[in-house]
Amino acid sequence: MPEVMTAKTPGQAPGQAAATNTILDVKNLESWYGESHILHGMNFNVNAGEVVTLLGRNGAGKTTTLKSIMGIIGKRTGSVAFNGRELIRMTSDKIARLGIALCPEERGIFASLDVRENLLLPPVVRPGGLSLEQIFELFPNLKERLRSQGTKLSGGEQQMLAIARILRTGASFLMLDEPTEGLAPVIIQQIGHTIARLKKEGFTILLVEQNFRFASTVADRYYVVEHGKVIDGFANADLSANMDKLHTYLGV
Amino acid sequence: MQALYAQLLVGLINGSFYALLSLGLAVIFGMLNIINFAHGALYMMGAFCAYFLLNLGGINYWLALLLAPIIVGAFGMVLERTMLQWLAGLDHLYGLLLTFGLALIIQGVFQNFFGSSGLPYAIPEQLRGGMNLGFMFLPIYRGWVVIFSLVICLATWFLIERTRLGAYLRAATENPTLVRAFGINVPRMITLTYGLGVGLAALAGVLSAPINQVRPLMGENIIIVVFAVVVIGGMGSIMGSIITGFALGVIEGLTKYFYPEASNTVVFVLMVLVLLVKPTGLTGRAA
Repeated sequence: MPEVMTAKTPGQAPGQAAATNTILDVKNLESWYGESHILHGMNFNVNAGEVVTLLGRNGAGKTTTLKSIMGIIGKRTGSVAFNGRELIRMTSDKIARLGIALCPEERGIFASLDVRENLLLPPVVRPGGLSLEQIFELFPNLKERLRSQGTKLSGGEQQMLAIARILRTGASFLMLDEPTEGLAPVIIQQIGHTIARLKKEGFTILLVEQNFRFASTVADRYYVVEHGKVIDGFANADLSANMDKLHTYLGV
Repeated sequence: MQALYAQLLVGLINGSFYALLSLGLAVIFGMLNIINFAHGALYMMGAFCAYFLLNLGGINYWLALLLAPIIVGAFGMVLERTMLQWLAGLDHLYGLLLTFGLALIIQGVFQNFFGSSGLPYAIPEQLRGGMNLGFMFLPIYRGWVVIFSLVICLATWFLIERTRLGAYLRAATENPTLVRAFGINVPRMITLTYGLGVGLAALAGVLSAPINQVRPLMGENIIIVVFAVVVIGGMGSIMGSIITGFALGVIEGLTKYFYPEASNTVVFVLMVLVLLVKPTGLTGRAA
């Protein structure tokens, strides 16, 4: 295994022994948008150093799951335990301070901030984040565009900015919501390399993807979400054995 | 010619107050989505605060310039915590009604104790007298008000547009949910922002005390014009509200010289014209 820049899970070789150490444990999670009941008892977990992917059709509740973990859905019940701490009643700013970061589906780049301000916006919540140099090494494009208005970047650059800004904060648990949506294949590839690199450095990643061909290049395990529930789960090694089932689930 | 310069100066002074007040309104609107009708009453409280500090505590103008915005700003933060915060996410109309009611109550209370006549507030010793500029006579206090207001406006602009704290503010104006999910205590930021906007109003009140006296209804008259200024400039922009504030003060002053009959209505005529041509205001963004 190549050398590791920052070990996010002390005392463990990233990706191997870590597999038994549950970092996020979601039990019977339900949430509501106003009157509509979206999640109907999600059950899944993520181990330290893993890349876990939530698969499912549009509207299955994948994005809502990430938002519920982050604490930005008004009403939620059940249990979300992060490193043993219960998050279900916490506000999102407190949850972020525990080292959880979200890269939202719509990317959330701020139009009234330039690229540099966007990049520096999320405060450092704990030590161990990437330095600006390391970030520019991962995303050289951003360095060229620091003075541009955030939303003037191309879609791919905005996605990189949205990922880059949460790597600085020291958060070790990243939630990426459809990072490849609407992007060119060459950029999807670059984002794939980035996720692989982050995993190697010990980050734990919860990924939401429609594109399971992309997911299969980075994920350790999958959960299939339908109607606000986890209906299946398997490891990446069993992906080909589960292909037929997966086609039925996703309708592709 | 003397009269023209004199009116220009009056225009610049009124413009200073318009700019400070509309700047506060813009800051508050951006962050809280509330059209703060209590702004005039809080401006009046700033002047009264300076008056009380001087007459009850013997605290002079210079310290009042610092303390009155802090005291009235803190009062504003209490209003935000106890009342305004519950309006988040509701239609603008609710904030408008609540703050309008607050303005009536605050003004009513002061009127009850002090009537409608003005209380005197002396110009501080260091700023008395005037200067002959050759083409006109400049009362020093008036020159001070214009320059100090301009400095405060530009400092506020710098704080919001060029600092890290300002970046939080701008980002939270766009997407408070995401900013909070990055670990920033957005509700506290909103409270402080309201305090900042109110503090600017109170500062304008202190500046105006030696010029216009201290009166319970002093905010009622000016705030109507300031809302017209805000409509003309557009709610969204910090620099826009500063420039529009000063510019409309000057236009008002010039009208007083060239066509005095229209001087009280010129701002509203401009407002109508701008609304017809560009409903979002000169610098405003579409909602």
